[in-house]
Formats: sequence, structure tokens, C-alpha cells
Amino acid sequence: MMEFIAEKTLSATEVVQEYAAKDILRFITCGSVDDGKSTLIGRLLFETDSLYEDQIQAGIEASKRYGTQGAKLDFALLVDGLVSEREQGITIDVAHIYFSTRKRNYIVADTPGHEQYTRNMVTGASNADTAVLIIDASKGLKTQTKRHSYLMGLMGINRVIVAINKMDLVGYSEEVFDSIREEFNNFHTKVAISQVDYLPISALNGDNLVTLSDKMPWYKGLSLLDILDTYSPKVIEDLKKPFRMPVQWVNRPNSSFRGYAGSLISGSVSVGDRVRIYPSGVESSIQAIYTFDGYKQKAQCDESVTLLLNTDVDVSRGDLICEINTPVEASDQFEVNVTWMSEQALMPGRNYLIKFGSLTVNGMITLIKHKVDVNTLTTLSAKVLELNEIAVCNLSLDRNVPFEPYSSNRSLGGFIFIDRSTNQTVGAGVINFALRRSRNIHLQHIAIDKKLRSTLKKQKPCVLWLTGLSGAGKSTIANTLEQRLYQEGYHTYLLDGDNLRHGLNRDLGFTDEDRVENIRRAIEVSRLMVDAGLIVISSFISPFKSEREVARSKFEHGEFFEIFVDVTLSEAERRDPKGLYRKARLGELKNFTGIDSIYEKPLCADLTLNTMILSPNESVNKIMAMLYSEGVLSDE
Amino acid sequence: MLTHLQRLEAESIYIIREVIAEAKKPVMLYSVGKDSSVLLHLARKAFAPANIPFPLLHVDTGWKFREMYEFRDRTTREAGVDLIIHVNSEGVAHNINPFDHGSEVHTDVMKTQGLKQALDKYQFDIILGGARRDEEKSRAKERICSFRNGLHRWDPKSQRPELWRTYNTRVSSKESIRVFPLSNWTEFDIWAYIHQESIAVVPLYFASERPVVERKGQLIMVDDNRMPLLSGETPMLRKVRFRTLGCYPLTAAVESNAESLEDILCEMVSTRHSERQGRLIDHDNMGSMEKKKQEGYF
Repeated sequence: MMEFIAEKTLSATEVVQEYAAKDILRFITCGSVDDGKSTLIGRLLFETDSLYEDQIQAGIEASKRYGTQGAKLDFALLVDGLVSEREQGITIDVAHIYFSTRKRNYIVADTPGHEQYTRNMVTGASNADTAVLIIDASKGLKTQTKRHSYLMGLMGINRVIVAINKMDLVGYSEEVFDSIREEFNNFHTKVAISQVDYLPISALNGDNLVTLSDKMPWYKGLSLLDILDTYSPKVIEDLKKPFRMPVQWVNRPNSSFRGYAGSLISGSVSVGDRVRIYPSGVESSIQAIYTFDGYKQKAQCDESVTLLLNTDVDVSRGDLICEINTPVEASDQFEVNVTWMSEQALMPGRNYLIKFGSLTVNGMITLIKHKVDVNTLTTLSAKVLELNEIAVCNLSLDRNVPFEPYSSNRSLGGFIFIDRSTNQTVGAGVINFALRRSRNIHLQHIAIDKKLRSTLKKQKPCVLWLTGLSGAGKSTIANTLEQRLYQEGYHTYLLDGDNLRHGLNRDLGFTDEDRVENIRRAIEVSRLMVDAGLIVISSFISPFKSEREVARSKFEHGEFFEIFVDVTLSEAERRDPKGLYRKARLGELKNFTGIDSIYEKPLCADLTLNTMILSPNESVNKIMAMLYSEGVLSDE
Repeated sequence: MLTHLQRLEAESIYIIREVIAEAKKPVMLYSVGKDSSVLLHLARKAFAPANIPFPLLHVDTGWKFREMYEFRDRTTREAGVDLIIHVNSEGVAHNINPFDHGSEVHTDVMKTQGLKQALDKYQFDIILGGARRDEEKSRAKERICSFRNGLHRWDPKSQRPELWRTYNTRVSSKESIRVFPLSNWTEFDIWAYIHQESIAVVPLYFASERPVVERKGQLIMVDDNRMPLLSGETPMLRKVRFRTLGCYPLTAAVESNAESLEDILCEMVSTRHSERQGRLIDHDNMGSMEKKKQEGYF
């Protein structure tokens, strides 16, 4: 299979040396199945001798069964891997395909072209150096080519190859080629693509893929493979940038060795170089660069190494080690472009885990500025972001993170959203710029803190979070509990839906997004009150598990207690103290929890109170007992 | 700029460190083959000078080549790693074997079910394996971090998007992630790297005179006397080697003169067959690898 890499007369050592010295270029192919994308890749594999005889034989078998080319080998079937895809004739996922030329090794990300697979294309583009956009010559520039170009620009692919395919169907006409090229030339600057190479091909017949075809003597450029060979991988640019390395792992096998393991995302580093560590901002210098194969003087971009520092500093996973003279900035507020990848819509105000490489923080979208219609590139207003939609948003994180805009550094500017309750990767984002820059990354020191305030009150502050259906008995229990605590001399405050919705939250309704925002504000107010040293009783239906988890994450260990006030829906509906269930059943009240909006039961609450068995006083007794046993209250 | 092999090595080390940093109870599947040897070498590089912070798991079917067992015990002893060996004892009790039950049943019971038993028993959340995307078409769509549900099933439609080098390894209890740090390596990369790093591999990869019989056009080595010979079959000494290693009755040899790593690399330069051709289990049905993966096979 390796004719391309070496003559057979070379010794094995020479073969390996020649092979090992090649570089890697990753590219993504864009186009729908009708444009001949899989056929093009299948052809490239075939023509570069990257397929084994048995793989070709399997392709021939599959062609007989599923193929569209009669008894001939259907090249697309060499690529489309999964059975269900073969049957449907579409590519539904990102497939990675490998081939080599004499110059380099290639990794192709083959992704589907339809709009419902925007997320797959964005995923494939995230690691690509360039893209091959395929246009069907017989159909011309279509909406989907514009969409693909937009996505490539978004993901930082600024130089692309436009392959105008199916030239055989238009009589290998130079005019057709020229008119499509003209049209794309007028378009591409709108989508952050700065450089384009055009060529005419026929993937089906192999014209201009590896060698130039005699069918199009008017074309004076290079074949597709020769054009690809002229491109440079992104690492060449990254190598020229200042040194940055996120710490993945603190390696401490014994007290005499403390190393920081990671992979350089830009630049290079040498022993003796002065560095700054983020987020602490502390300075140090490189004492040694350790690898399994021995100590070395210098490490470069992409290398996985272990750095030892000259001074004893506190560095942990997710921290960033940087060249000292080109500092990075840190911020917690950004303008970002988001691609949503989940069937559950993105809601502003909902808390997600935000992950940049090795660093995971909490964050939320505070505002959807506008979404982008990927077909027309027009902007639209939006309250939520659905699957495969793209929007410009404001992102707020719970701590400062060192960053660079995505356009200058993919690793420090690209992140994913993880849903806290399902653990799914639900979206991806790229940083455009910071909304508020904080060069001083230390928190303002406040002289009087929570500890001092609570000492004065002689109590341990906490929040007792009561969740449950409307009519479960939350308000009654909350009231009884507050009276009991008051009588015992504690400083308390009771927060509930009513006292918040009449003031602070009067702008919010009952849609899912507004419920999320309602709870977010309730959490923040609870937090301020705990900081003030109070015992806070927060009584909210709070139907979503993820919001309750966020609430817990905002407090220190032992400060937050989730109390599930449990009742069956039928019993709550029978009690109906405010007549709300009746209204909801009549359709007069929309989005009512339990009727047409879900309640996600807590699975591991700190305390569950079944109010079908317990009286309000008994419930309060149980809460008091828990507070004593958890050390919040004491007899002293 | 790093060369091709240096970049592959650095990327794999990055992946191993990344997932182990977030794992609660990690393990590495160790199948004794060349890919396992490379993966073990990379894991040692990732954590040196510390020891590898996880055990190795060998799901043994009882039908591996004898030289594989010797190699396994020697290698793990020398590397100073913990080795867990799991055998599906139910399968052993029912005397499940490739001859009476066929490759499909044997593989399912001893390999797939055996693996699931071991994972259930130890409750591993991050499971490193040496699979590569170039091995088989359905593997080409595999993520580096492949999510498995509580029943260890792989659902190609519910895999997580994998962007940049940011991996989402979060799971609930019983769920797990299979991690493939060698995803972007090809068979040639593996051999070139073994050569470059002088990594030890099972001697069966090198050509030698071995007793084989020819069945359905495939050369099967008679590794011990448990193998029933068909009438008219006499083991003959042929100079063969293996491109892939598994259960000896299910792994076909190829005739070869490649006695050294250099010879193997030269042979690969001119070879015309993919390594999985010697794996009888992939040929049972069309799409068989995909089906096995959905059921929990590695």
C-alpha cells in the first residue's frame, strides 16, 4: 500500500525515517451526498493506493448490494461505514479516513452536509487545517455551499479549496466553471474565508484528483492532491506564537519531584525561560523539561512534556503556564459564537459546565444577542437556541479564565457546553472578545466576611431549599420552620416564589426560560443572604434538577440542604389551596408544573418529607433534627 | 515542527493524561497484541517518572496462543504494573470453545460477555483500549472518547460531539467511557513506532516455522492438542507469521519471510491485504463489527 512513500529498494530504517519525517494535514470535506463527496474520498483512497485488496473486494460486494453504479465499484461505499447509513445512502456522522502521499499524511474528516447535521460539520471542522468544499457543477452555487462556507469561517478555517465536481455532466465546460468561480468569489469574503483555490473535477471518473485530466486542457492549475500538498498545517502558525501550556496533570511521584504535565498549545519553551502562571499570576522559571526519554533543553508546540519550575508555586490542573513577556488576559464575561448541539434548547440563565481543554468552570449564557440564519446569513432575534442553531451570545463564567480570541488561538478560545444533569455535550462556542477585562485577576479583598458576620450572630449560615409541587405543603412547612428557628434565637429569612415574584422577579412569566431565570435570581439572593450570615429558607417549586444542582454548587459544603416536600400529583390537585390546578386543567393557566410542565423529582435530596403522612409540625421536627445532626444548630 | 510519529505520540499521551486526570476508576484493556504494547509504552511515557496510575485488564478466553501468555506475564512483571485477568467462568463451565460453538458464540461469550462481567465487577469508569480508526469501517466513525451506557452498549447515534482536544468524560454511575488514544494511528504507524522505540512484541508477529493446517483457504496454527484435526488433516510446518493476534483457532497466519521488524516494514510496503483479513470473526456477517460493538465488544 505504500508505493507513495518509498521505493522498495530503501532499507526499512530508511522507509521509517522517510515516513516518520512527514507532517500531517487534516482537512474536512463539505458537500452533500448528491455532490459526490464520499465518491471523491473513495477515489482519493483508491488512487493513492491507500486501500488493501480485501477492502476493495468488500467495497465491490457492498456495491452489488447497495451501490448506485451497477456492477462497478461504488467509491462512496468504501467510505460510508455504518450499516444504517449504507442503507439510507447518507453519511450521518464524522468518519476519519487516512491516506498518504509522498509529501505527507492526511486525515480526512468526512461529515454529512444536510442542515440537520450542522453540529457534525462544526465538530469535524474544529480540528481541521483546511476544507474542500464540493459544488455540483450541474447545479451551481447552492444555499448549502454558503452554509458550509459560513461554518468553516466560524470554526477558523480561512483558506479553502473549492472543487467544482461533476464536470462530466456539463461537458467539461470552462464557462460553467468560470461562472461558479465568479459567484463564489463574490460571496466568500462575507464569511471570514480569505483565500480560495478553485479547481474543476469529476470524482466519479477521477479527473484532476491526483493527476491532471486531458478532458479539461483549459485548466492550468494543479490537481487536488497537489494543491493540498502546498497547504501548511496550522501548527506552523502556532509554533511562531508565544509559549503557552495548560497543565493537565501534576506529577508528584515523591517529595523530590514535582512536575507539571501538559502539551504545548503554542510556541516553544527552553530551560531557564521565565514564565507566568494563570490564574494566580505568579512568576517562575523553567528548571527542567522532563520526558520519559530523558531531560531536554527545549520543547515545542504540540509536544507532550513535564515541566519543572524553579520556585515552589501552587499550580493545579487547568492552570496555564505562559511566556512572561506576552501575558494573556483573563476575564469572566465574553461575547461568543455558540453552535447548539442538543435537542434540549439552550436557555439563557441556565447553568452549564463550560470546558476549555483541561479547564472546567460553571457558566451561563446571559443574553442571546441574535441568532444567525445559516442559509441566508441574516440575523434574527431569539429567546432560546435550538439544535443546530448558531447565535452570537454573551457568556458569563463563575471565575476569571485566561483566554485568547478563537481567531488567534483555538485552544484558549474554543469551549464546549456540558449539561450538568445528563452529562451530554450540548453545544460548542468560540470566544470573539471579552466584555470586561480584568487585568487584575485577584478578587477584591473584603475586610468583613461571612465568617465574621455569622460569628456575631452566633450561628452557622445555610440555605434550606424546599422543592416540590404546588400544594405539597412547602409554604406551611417554611412558615412553621421559620417561627421555630426564630423562637430559638436564630436570624432567618424566608424566600418564596410570592415575595420574589412581586418585586425582584415581576418581569418574569412561567415559560421554561423564565422559570430558569426565576430560580437563578432566587439562588443569587439566597447566596447574598447566606453571605450576610443568615439561615435562609428558600421555598420554590424549582422543578428542574439542573437548577437545583446549580443551587447546590453555589454554596460551600454543608451550607446547602435540598429538602424534597413530597406528595402525589393527585393529592396536590385534591388540596389545590390556591385553586391553581383547577385553572390549569381548564387551560386558563399555561405551563403549570405537574400539568403541562414537568417536575423532575430529586433523586438524592438531603431530606424527603412525605406530607401525605407527616403533619407540618412533624416535618419541621425532622428538619430541626437534621440541622442538629449536621452541626448547623447546636445546643451550646 | 514535530514529525508525524512524534505528533501521534504526543497526541496519545495528551489523551491518556486528559482522561486519567478526570477518571474515578480507570483501567487499560490489555490484549497482549502489538497495539496493546504500544499503548502500554505510551501510558508509561505519560506518567513517568511516576508509575502508571491504573491496572491492566486482560479478558482471557483461554484460547490465546501460548506465546501470548508467556509474553503477557513477562511484560507486565517487568513493567511493574498491576494485571487483572478475567475469564468468564460460566463460559468455562459450559466448555464454550471455538470448535464446537463457532467463532460467533465463542467470541460473544468469552470476549464480549467476559469483558462486561469484568467491567461490572470492578465498576471502571474510564477504560483505555488500543483500537484504531483505520482497522475497520465502523471504527472510522468512533470517537476518541466513546460513551457506553449502563449495559455497556454503544449507540452510534448517541455519541458526544468531540471538538478540538476537549474531551467530555463525565458519566453517571454504571455508565463508562471507552477511550482510544491510538485512534489516529494506522497499522504502519504502529510498526514504525515499535521500530523507532524498540518496543517488545509477541514473537508470533515474526516469521518462523510453525505447525499449521489449511482450512477454508486460511492457515490455522495448531498451538496445542485441544485442536481437533479433521480427517485427512496433518499439521505441516510452514514459515508463517501473524499480523494480528487473538484466539489461536480464530486467527489466520500469513506465509511470510519477515523475521525482523525491518522485514515486517519492508513487507508492509508491498503488501496488499489489510490486517483484519486474518480475523475470522469480522467475516461472519456484513456490518458484523458494528453489531458486536453495539453489544459491548471492544
